Amino acid sequence: MIDIGKDNVYKGIPAAPGIKIANAFLFKKEIETVTDEAIINVDEAIENFSEALEKSKKELAKVFSLAVDKLGAKRAALFEAQIMILDDPVLINKILERIKSEKKNPEYIVNDEISKYQDIMTLSHEQYMRERSQDIEDIKNRIIRNIRKKKWKSRISTGEVILVSSSLTPADTVLFSRMNVTGYITNFGGLTSHAAIVARSLNVPAIVGVHEATENIQNSDIVIIDGFNGIVIVNPDDKQLLHYKKKLKKLEAADLELVKLKNLPAMTLDGRKIDILANLDLNEELESIIQNGAEGIGLMRTEQIFQEYDSFPNEDEQSEVYSNYAEKLYPLPLTIRAFDIGGDKVLPVDVQEPNPMLGWRGIRFLLDNEELFITQIRAVLKSSIHKNIKFMIPMVSSMREIELTRLLISKCMDELRSENIPFDEHLELGIMIEVPSAALMIRDFADDVDFFSIGTNDLIQYMLAVDRGNDIVTNQYQEFHPAIIRTLNYIIIEAKKTNTKVSLCGEMAADYKAIPLLVGLGLDSISVSASVIPHAKEIIRALNYSEISGFVNACLTCKTEKEIHDKLDKFYSENFSESSKDFYSN
Amino acid sequence: MLEKKVIIINNAGLHTRPAATIVKIAAKFESEFYILKDGLNINGKSIIGVMTLAAAKGSELLLNFDGPDEEKMAEAILDYFNKGFDEL
Repeated sequence: MIDIGKDNVYKGIPAAPGIKIANAFLFKKEIETVTDEAIINVDEAIENFSEALEKSKKELAKVFSLAVDKLGAKRAALFEAQIMILDDPVLINKILERIKSEKKNPEYIVNDEISKYQDIMTLSHEQYMRERSQDIEDIKNRIIRNIRKKKWKSRISTGEVILVSSSLTPADTVLFSRMNVTGYITNFGGLTSHAAIVARSLNVPAIVGVHEATENIQNSDIVIIDGFNGIVIVNPDDKQLLHYKKKLKKLEAADLELVKLKNLPAMTLDGRKIDILANLDLNEELESIIQNGAEGIGLMRTEQIFQEYDSFPNEDEQSEVYSNYAEKLYPLPLTIRAFDIGGDKVLPVDVQEPNPMLGWRGIRFLLDNEELFITQIRAVLKSSIHKNIKFMIPMVSSMREIELTRLLISKCMDELRSENIPFDEHLELGIMIEVPSAALMIRDFADDVDFFSIGTNDLIQYMLAVDRGNDIVTNQYQEFHPAIIRTLNYIIIEAKKTNTKVSLCGEMAADYKAIPLLVGLGLDSISVSASVIPHAKEIIRALNYSEISGFVNACLTCKTEKEIHDKLDKFYSENFSESSKDFYSN
Repeated sequence: MLEKKVIIINNAGLHTRPAATIVKIAAKFESEFYILKDGLNINGKSIIGVMTLAAAKGSELLLNFDGPDEEKMAEAILDYFNKGFDEL
C-alpha cells in the first residue's frame, strides 16, 4: 500500500489511466519580463521586431498544420486567428510608431501594447474572454522571445519524460503530443482540459489538478505517475519504487493477458453474454476501440463535432462524419446520440440560465431548435444505409418529447424517400435514461422506443440533487446510494417486461467495483471508454450470473451506501484473487 | 459616413472564427470601419481589437463605415452579420 500521507506523495484528479516511472520535465511557461529601456539605433530595433514577427509566423504555421492533423481543420482555426494577429495592421503600425517616437526597446512596447487588449478581455465577465486573454499571452510571449532570439526551450531531446506544467495551452498540447511524453501532470484543469483529452487519445497516463505540482516537482526528479488512482510520487524511496515496479510488471503481464481477451466474448461462467460497447469522443480513439475488442459504439457524443467545426455543421458535413464511422465499424453497431448541448457542455449557448443543469438542454433544446435537429436526423438517416446505426435522444423526461421526435424522424424519412435517397427504414431509436421521471416512466416509454441507455452521471446527480462539480457537496454524490441501485433495478425489470434492451453508459460502468453489480442487475450491455474494455471483460468472465443475482438481491435491501460498499469489497476478496484486486486498487 | 446597427443572431456569438472573417472581409475595402460596443471603439480591420469584443447572441453593435467604398463595405459586412456568421 502507498501511504498517501507521505510528504512526497501528491493527489490529483486521474484524467487518463496507466502507470509510468520517468524523469520529470518541468514545462514552465517562461514569462518574458520586460523593462523599459532607451535605445539608440531605431532602425535595428525595427528590423529585429520585423524578423521576430516573421519567425513567429513560421512557428505558428507549423503548429497550425500539426493541429489540422491532430485535431481537424475546424478546431485548428484558433491558430489561424493567432497568425492573423501577427499581421494586424492597427497593432503592428502602432508598435512601429511607438518604437520610432519613444525610442524604447521593442519588447517593452510589444508587451505594453498587447497587454492593453488583454486588460479589456480580463475585465469581461465571460469565462471564454479570460481564456482568450491567455491565448493572446501566448502570442505576446512568442513575439518577445523571438525579438530576443531565444529558442523555444521546451524541446525534449532524449528519453521519455513526464511533463509537469501549470496548465497547457492548445498550442503546447499539440506540440508535445509528438514528443517523448509518457505522462502529463498539471496544476490546474479538469477532465475535459486539452491535456486530458490528448492524453487519453494517445493512451498516456495523466493527472490534472495536482496543486502546486510545478512547485513540488523539479526538473529531472524521478516521478511515478499512477493515472488509475491520481497519485504522483516524487523521488520515490526504495519501498515506493519497488511497489510500483511490481505493479508495472503485473500490469504488463496483465496487458498480455488482456490482449488475449480481445476476441473472447464478455460472457459469465454460466453463459450470460454482456455486450461491451465503447464510448467515442475523439477521432483517434476509433483505432484503440477496435483493437481493444469493443462490440460496437454504445455512445457517440456528437457535441465533439461542434468543437471541430466551431459552429453547427451542416447536413453533408455531419453525414460525412457519421458515414465514415459507420463504415469503419461495420458490421458493429454505432449508437449516435443527438446533440446534447447545454448544462456543463462546451458550446456556449448564449442564454443566461440561473440553473443550466435544470434548464434548456438535451431534447428540450433540440425540439426548440427544430431546424438544427432535422439537419442532424437527416444526416443520421443518410449514413444509415449499412443498417448499423442507432439514434439516441438525451435528457428525455416526458412522453411528448418522444412523440415529437418520432414525428420529426418520420417527416425526414418521407422527405428522403421523395428525394430518392436511401436510408435504413428500421433505424432503431433509443432514449437516454438520466432524469428520474424517465426512470419511473420506463414501462410506458418502452412501447415507443427500441432501446434504453442509462446515463448514470446525470441520473445520480438528479436523483440525489447533488451537483458533482460543487466541492462542498461532492462527497454526497454517491454511485452506490441504495436509491440509485434500486432505481437501476426498477428500470431493468420494467424494461424486461417488454423485452426492451437496456445499456448503461455512465462512468459507473467503468468502475470495476460496480461491474459485478451491474451485470447482476441484468443489464444487456455496458458502454465504457476503450481502455476499460479488456478489464471489464476480465471481470465479467470470472462471474457466475446465477450467483451474482443473489448477491445483488442482498444489495437491494441495504439502507446505506456504506453497506453496499462493504458487500462489494467482501464480494471482491472472495471471488477474485488478491492480485486482481491489487491490480486496480491502491 | 454610414452608421448601422446590428444584432448578433448566431448561438455562439462573436467568437474567434467570425472575428477573423469580419477582419478578412474588411481588409478588402479601402474605407475605415469601426465597431462600437460598451463604450469601446474598435477598429474593424484589427483582429486583436475585434477579439476584445465580448458579443454574445442578442448583443447590439453600432458599425461605422467611412470612405470612398463605404456603401459596398457596409453591404458586405452587414450581409455576414445577417447570415449569423454562416452558423444558422
